[in-house]
Amino acid sequence: MISPSVALAAAVGVPLIGCLVIWLFDKSPNLREAATLLTGAVLVVLSVTVFLAVGNGGTPQIYVFEVIDGLPLAFRAEPLGAMFGVIASGLWFVNSLYSIGYMRGHDEKHQTRFYMAFAIAISAAMGVAYASNLFTLFIFYEVLTLSTFPLVTHYGDEKARKGGRIYLGVLMATSIGLLLPAIVWTYAIAETTEFVNGGILSQHVDAAGPLVGVLLGLYAFGIGKAALMPVHPWLPNAMVAPTPVSAFLHAVAVVKAGVFAILKVAVYVFGIDLLKDTGASTPFMWIAAGSILLASLIAMSKDNLKARLAYSTVSQLSYVTLGAMLATSMGVMGGATQIAAHALGKMTLFMCAGAIYVAHHKTLVSELGGMGRAMPVTFAAFFVGALSIIGLPPLGGSWPKFFLMLGAADAGALLIIAVLMISSLLNIVYLLPIPLRAFYGKPAATADGAPQKIAEAPILCLIPIMATSLACLVLFFTITDLTTFLEPLIENGSRAP
Amino acid sequence: MNLAAQLPVLPVVIPLVTAPIAMLLPNGRAPWAFATIVSWLTFAACAFLLQAVLGAGVISYELGDWRPPLGIEYRIDLANALVLFLVSGIAAVVFPFAYRSVQLEIDARQTSFFYCALLICLTGLLGVTITGDAFNVFVFLEISSLATYALVAMGARRDRRALTAAFNYLIMGTIGASFFVIGVGLLYQATGTLNMVDMHDKLVGQSSRVIDAGFAFIVVGIGLKLAMFPMHLWLPGAYTYAPSAVSAFLAATATKVAVYVMIRFIDTVFGFQFEFLGAAFTWVFLPLGLAGMFIASLVAVFQDDIKRMLAYSSVGQIGYMLLGLSFGTVEGLTASLVHIFNHALMKGALFMAVACVVLRAGSHSVKAFAGLAKRMPFTTWAFIISGMSLIGVPLTVGFISKWYLLQASFAAGHWYAGFLIVASSLIAVLYVGRIVELMLLREPAEDGPYAIPAKDAPLSMLIPMWFLVLANIYFGLHTELTGGIASRAAEALMFMAGGAS
Repeated sequence: MISPSVALAAAVGVPLIGCLVIWLFDKSPNLREAATLLTGAVLVVLSVTVFLAVGNGGTPQIYVFEVIDGLPLAFRAEPLGAMFGVIASGLWFVNSLYSIGYMRGHDEKHQTRFYMAFAIAISAAMGVAYASNLFTLFIFYEVLTLSTFPLVTHYGDEKARKGGRIYLGVLMATSIGLLLPAIVWTYAIAETTEFVNGGILSQHVDAAGPLVGVLLGLYAFGIGKAALMPVHPWLPNAMVAPTPVSAFLHAVAVVKAGVFAILKVAVYVFGIDLLKDTGASTPFMWIAAGSILLASLIAMSKDNLKARLAYSTVSQLSYVTLGAMLATSMGVMGGATQIAAHALGKMTLFMCAGAIYVAHHKTLVSELGGMGRAMPVTFAAFFVGALSIIGLPPLGGSWPKFFLMLGAADAGALLIIAVLMISSLLNIVYLLPIPLRAFYGKPAATADGAPQKIAEAPILCLIPIMATSLACLVLFFTITDLTTFLEPLIENGSRAP
Repeated sequence: MNLAAQLPVLPVVIPLVTAPIAMLLPNGRAPWAFATIVSWLTFAACAFLLQAVLGAGVISYELGDWRPPLGIEYRIDLANALVLFLVSGIAAVVFPFAYRSVQLEIDARQTSFFYCALLICLTGLLGVTITGDAFNVFVFLEISSLATYALVAMGARRDRRALTAAFNYLIMGTIGASFFVIGVGLLYQATGTLNMVDMHDKLVGQSSRVIDAGFAFIVVGIGLKLAMFPMHLWLPGAYTYAPSAVSAFLAATATKVAVYVMIRFIDTVFGFQFEFLGAAFTWVFLPLGLAGMFIASLVAVFQDDIKRMLAYSSVGQIGYMLLGLSFGTVEGLTASLVHIFNHALMKGALFMAVACVVLRAGSHSVKAFAGLAKRMPFTTWAFIISGMSLIGVPLTVGFISKWYLLQASFAAGHWYAGFLIVASSLIAVLYVGRIVELMLLREPAEDGPYAIPAKDAPLSMLIPMWFLVLANIYFGLHTELTGGIASRAAEALMFMAGGAS
């Protein structure tokens, strides 16, 4: 068995080797896809190794080399990162199966480039997950942005160019314009960028001054991938990409890297206590709450299925930001579990959207009437995923909402509880009609008047959909294991109540 | 007499004595091969010198055994050893690269003259850097400038506008040199010496109009040479119409050496409690650096000619170096020195990529870059990687530069400068991103003047170019050489400045 410390570095390196192999097998698609799947399988093993080691109380770490004096490229796994690593690698494997079904079913061009960019992106996501300091995190954060650009602009037409321009523009502008100065500023104050339990800033800043609030603002908006309004426009614009990209990158890897970074910064750079004592996070808590509601409202107005899901993601991501900004243990726990729950739920929904597109070329919600009869499995899975996002038992998505409400109660922010409840109602309004319409709606007349036959997407698309929707269910029953695993996140960082 | 003892003079002597030989060789391959070998030898000498300085700290060499301050002294510390290493290294990469590009762009009857001028230009740049004598700086500055005017003018074969650009450069450069020599003259009047260290020792404690005027003349004179905004007007024309290989060489070396001279005069000669200096930092270098960063970068966004775009970008990048200098701190000076090195790597690689496109497309218009990824993939990716370096994307040298600069501005308490630095990098995202999008996401022209055959640049160009591109990544990960030496050099420079006060 590989040692967990080596597994950390290997998790970043293996996809890059995979990328090279994919390039070598440009001309033989079967071998190329085998390379993707093999890389995915190895990556899952690596991330699970790390996860188990962390679960046993270890902290695998590896020091690669020092880039600038005092700023090393280094990896260290802590519970949150280990969890994100498993989610990202596991869902990448699932998504690779789905991609193969989708890309072949759709006869897409430039498939080699597609898989190569995907491999680099997952490598960067693993780098973000395991980064032991802000400096390393920033490096991989930027690699993730750049490597996903060819995926967003995959079709290369005017729409893709425009979407790509906004995608890159917003993400680069926020990361270079706000995040980088925030990191350097942190380094100038604390003389380190290591993630440390309890935060690195608390000893160095004047708690009464505005500095904590200013820095937190730089992080909250600088980490554009967290899509806190108003830096969210890149996300709906990224929907010009092929659906597997939206499903994995823009529901899991990229956006989760964003909110993951926010949580890391809140817990390990500022420290929950510092945020609580200074009250610096309160304005951002309200911005996150506003983002949750506003994005849900926009989602309701979208007829395009992927656009609706994109705005739903903007709203759901702000749950994690909200959890961090509540500055309570339960809030952090809610944010952390939301990363897992939303990843499973939203990926299911996106994959369903892709399946509908591959099988029937339909993209609008209003076209879906009666489609449930043609694609029963897909819409059943969509129903499960939607319920999880809404937060209804017995699905995994209900726990984070519960923890967040507890966290809000701890923080004495009762209005936030109301926001969470309204948001769940809004989720029902914009998500549930989709499967309902598919199952009970009137089907569009077929050409010869014959009843609609079952016409599902390729089997490679269906298996991943069933797997993730099942996982939503499993998460509901295994949540205690997850919270126990994440316990160190809140017990060391925050003082006992 | 052994060769090791003469090492400090070799970087100047090797190219100087071989330049006339290049002139005598028959046109064609021979002068190129000769110049390439000379550039490699020079680079080896500079590398050995850097190693020696790393051990010894400061090396002083008395030319013709005349004792300084009367005789000319070559005085090499870490700062100029690093610049020597950089300039000769760029030469060692650009000279082999030049062959095909020069073959296309320059009159075949002029090749031996061309390589001779290139070697003289190299001599001048290395001489400026190595010398410890203020008047000797002027001499070498003019040697390199005169060669440069000729080199720029040789672009006239492709575009007659090279002649006006060269003339423009000649006028501005000569004004700059005259100002500089007037300044040196005034300082000589005040101190009676031309040796820079000696000058510093004699200036300490003095305060007079003569010194103030000398300082002002020198700053304006070198400011013209280094294209300090708004004295940059000669630069875009010269870089645009010069032969592509010359643009690559100049962009990576000439302004860098001038910035080094500025640092040398400010920190070595005027590095004491000189009241003018603080005012110059606050009212000249800081605002002009910032203005250059923004205005020149914005102008770059709207250029339709890639070489002109890169030239304006250079003016903007020089703003970063002046900004670092203006903080008046060790961190700031370190950032400037690091950026001198790093910017040479990125701009050199970018101009080389343009040279490759010119070779195939015969044009450096933006239009020639449409769909380039399908026609010249290796050139395209070289451009993209060095373009990302220019923006400051992590894993490239540009990121290291930005990091040092940001750190310096936060450490100096100029936090607003930190935000202005990143804001101006975002302008770089605009002008680089525009070209990248064009290369990757457009279809290449099938016919018309901008149609390119699907054939990448020859290996003789690709190999040196990728060498520089990989250097962009290598030094983006390993900063012992750049950041490490630069911070030691900055400490030494500032110690001299502070120690005497």
